[in-house]
Amino acid sequence: MADETEDRAADKARIARQFIEAIPFSKALAMSLDEIGDGLAVISMPYSDDLVGDPGTGVIHGGAVSALMDTCGGAAVMSHPEALAGTATIDLRIDYMRPATPGQTITARAQCYHVTRSVAFIRAEAFDHDMDRPVAAATGAFTVERRAKS
Amino acid sequence: MNRTPPEPVHIVKERRDRALAALVERTPYIRTLGISFDRRGDELTAVLNYDDKLIGNPFLPALHGGAIASFLEVAAIMELGFHILWDEIENGRVSADELSPETLPRMPKTIDFTVDYLRSGLPRDAYARARVNRSGRRYASVHVEAWQDNRQRLFAQATGHFLMPTRG
Repeated sequence: MADETEDRAADKARIARQFIEAIPFSKALAMSLDEIGDGLAVISMPYSDDLVGDPGTGVIHGGAVSALMDTCGGAAVMSHPEALAGTATIDLRIDYMRPATPGQTITARAQCYHVTRSVAFIRAEAFDHDMDRPVAAATGAFTVERRAKS
Repeated sequence: MNRTPPEPVHIVKERRDRALAALVERTPYIRTLGISFDRRGDELTAVLNYDDKLIGNPFLPALHGGAIASFLEVAAIMELGFHILWDEIENGRVSADELSPETLPRMPKTIDFTVDYLRSGLPRDAYARARVNRSGRRYASVHVEAWQDNRQRLFAQATGHFLMPTRG
C-alpha cells in the first residue's frame, strides 16, 4: 500500500517534470527544474542580458521574475498529490523586495499549501545568491483539474 | 500680438516617436518578448507580437501566464516611463535630439504587481493599455487591461504600484 502511494508520487513528479520541461516560454527563459514533488517546486533562471530591464544597472526586468514565479507556482500545483498535471493561473500577486544582483541566477521556491476541489493556493519566494534576503515574494491561485471519478 | 506659430505636426510626431523608440530600444527584455508600441498622441498601446516561444500550454495551446504577466508589467512601466520622459522633453531638461542611456530618465521600479487572469490567452497577438490612476512624487498606481480580438473581452488585467525615480 505504502509502496503504491510512493510509486504514484514518483510517477506524478516525473509527469510534472516532463510537462514543465516542455513549456516553450520557460525554455525561452532557460528555466530549469531543480526540485519537484508533493506540492513543492524549485525552479531556477540563469542571468542573461536578454532579461535585463534597466541597462544602466543590469538588473533583470520585474516581468522576468514574475514569469519565473508563475512557472514555479504552476509546477507546485501540478506536483500536488490531489491535482492533475495541467493548471492555469487565476491570480498572481508579486511583491518586489529588492533588485536582483546582476549576473546571479534567480531561484524560485513555491509551495502549494492548500487545495480545494477547484482551486490551488501557492506561496513562493525568489532568491539570488543571497539566500537570506528574498528578491521577491508571491501568492497565487491556480485552477485544479481533477481525475474523472471512476 | 506676437505668437510663436505651432510646430509643424510631423516634427512633433517625429520627436514623440523618437522618445518612445529610445525607451523601447534600451530595454533588452522588451525586445526578448517581442513587444512593440503604437502611439496616438499620448496614448500608448502595447502589442505582444505572437511567437511560438510565448506558449505555456502546448496542448491547448495558450499563452504562458508568465509571458502575460511580463507583458502587462512592461506596458505599465512604459506608460509611466514615457510620460516622465515626455515631461522632461517638454520642460527642456532633456533634448529629444540627444537621447542616450545617459540622458534618458530612470524608469520606475515595481513595488508590487497583481495579475488577474480572466481567460486563456490565444496563440495570436495581444494588446494592452495602461491607465495611471495615481502618480505622486514617490509612488504611482497603474491599472492595465489586455485583450486580443475583442476590446470588450479582456483576457487579463493587472494593478501595480511603482516607486518613481528621483528627479533632478
